[in-house]
Amino acid sequence: MQLDNLYQEVILDHYKRPEHKGLSHLSDVQVHHVNPSCGDELTVNLSLVDGTIVLSWDGVGCSISMASASMMAGLLTGKSLQQAGEVVDAFISLMQSKGTQSGDEEVLEDAVAFAGVSKYPARIKCALLGWMAFKDAAVQVQGKKSLGSES
Amino acid sequence: MSLNAAIIRKDFPIFERLIRGENRLVYLDSGATSQKPNAVIDAEADFYRQSNAAVHRGAHQLAEEATEAYEGARLIVANFLGAREDEIIFTKSATESLNLLAYAMGNSLKGDRFHLGADDRIVVTEMEHHANLLPWQQLSKRTGAKLSWFNVGPDGRLDLSDVDSIIQEDTKVVALTHQSNVLGTINPLDAIVARAHQVGAVVILDACQSVPHMSIDVEALGVDFLAFSGHKSVGPTGVGVLWGRSELLNELPPFLFGGSMVSSASMTDATWAPVPRKFEAGVPNMAQAVGLGAALEYLENIGLENIHAHEIALTGRLIEGLLEIEGVKIFGPTDLKMRGGVVAFTVSDIHPHDVGQYLDSLGIAVRTGHHCAWPLNKKFGINATVRASIYLYNDEADIDALIEGVRGAKKYFGDR
Repeated sequence: MQLDNLYQEVILDHYKRPEHKGLSHLSDVQVHHVNPSCGDELTVNLSLVDGTIVLSWDGVGCSISMASASMMAGLLTGKSLQQAGEVVDAFISLMQSKGTQSGDEEVLEDAVAFAGVSKYPARIKCALLGWMAFKDAAVQVQGKKSLGSES
Repeated sequence: MSLNAAIIRKDFPIFERLIRGENRLVYLDSGATSQKPNAVIDAEADFYRQSNAAVHRGAHQLAEEATEAYEGARLIVANFLGAREDEIIFTKSATESLNLLAYAMGNSLKGDRFHLGADDRIVVTEMEHHANLLPWQQLSKRTGAKLSWFNVGPDGRLDLSDVDSIIQEDTKVVALTHQSNVLGTINPLDAIVARAHQVGAVVILDACQSVPHMSIDVEALGVDFLAFSGHKSVGPTGVGVLWGRSELLNELPPFLFGGSMVSSASMTDATWAPVPRKFEAGVPNMAQAVGLGAALEYLENIGLENIHAHEIALTGRLIEGLLEIEGVKIFGPTDLKMRGGVVAFTVSDIHPHDVGQYLDSLGIAVRTGHHCAWPLNKKFGINATVRASIYLYNDEADIDALIEGVRGAKKYFGDR
């Protein structure tokens, strides 16, 4: 079935058993994003502990947005902001590829399963919801840290 | 006379195409926009091919023919609504029709009938589409007028238990939908209209979901203004209608200023052309208005009573079929006497987007999301629903395909 390209097994697994879901108390910044076209909502808690990312999230949404946030949290936790930025860029580029890329498994690991989503323009925003919230959070946390180091 | 959807579908070329591979198109999203028959596509194209010129200007033959076609469309709309020709204003959309009213009222000077201030009140309902909520909410913010609303009960109907205390003496505007674009509820208007008129308020009806589907007579409804869109009525995009009572339109100041809408203009002042021209600044969407005329003629040839009866029969079949599926929840009344052919539902805890995507893989087009009615969704504690909306070209096979599709989606997302 054509639909299976979109709903890869690993995506549905993450949807049913999401990782890092539930907001931890640890948070330098909290970012809330909404997809106004469908009402999906997602919150990201981001902290830097000794320069490495600690990420938790919560939200309501479709299988694509929830599974994508789950995989993102797993991928980015433990990385530096710079390393995470590279992963985020790779994922965004995959989503914008209109089905022409299969994704670098070295960088994106299981998240290459979202390659099929890039063929469904209406769903790309779903897949990016968590990632965009993280991007915002990363900018904010950097600002906060640089302010902190000045004072 | 009953309606034969198979024959009607032959008038709509889009049903010849296939969807996601080899699936026939099961189009259940007419509440968002309807498909177009050849009569409409041809009328619009023929205007460009044969009669294109700016209306109400120029002494040449094409200008005359274009004006005749455009004004002919206005007459068709007037007859369709049981209204007078000079009470029909063409806009670009129903959204613009409603904004026209809100902005024109905002332009009213102190002492004018439509002037709003802190001592005045605007009444809406909790089930409004954003297009009939935000213009009034924002007008209330701009003018300081108070904003009140009728609540929606768990049964998906307006709570009309205390009309007098919602529409208070200070109310100047009551704006509500004829049929909810989410719940399908058809609102009873008599008590609201009677009370509004008792306190001197005007009643503005968002008829986007009713005009295309049932016989409407503005006099019988008793409202003062009514808006609907062309593209939901098998007509083109880019054209909407505002109907208003003559004496009210005469008192209402213009919203858009520009060409065609003046009777005189100097460097420092201007006076306005009579209604409807006062509200149609600029060269209008002529081909679209002509297309809308063809659309309404098409609907009238089939008969609005026939269309309504057909849709209600299919709605009954759909509701019955959906309720047999465990985990399906329908939002809005299930009593067919209180509703039209818009059915919003959820399927267990499967996200509506996922249900919609699965249905799409079968060639079934539905709407998923909040349907531009966030406050209503919040009231029901949901973020999104699946919405199927029925029109004249749908048949039993479409309904059965949807019901079967919902069962399939449950299996796909549940049992893997």
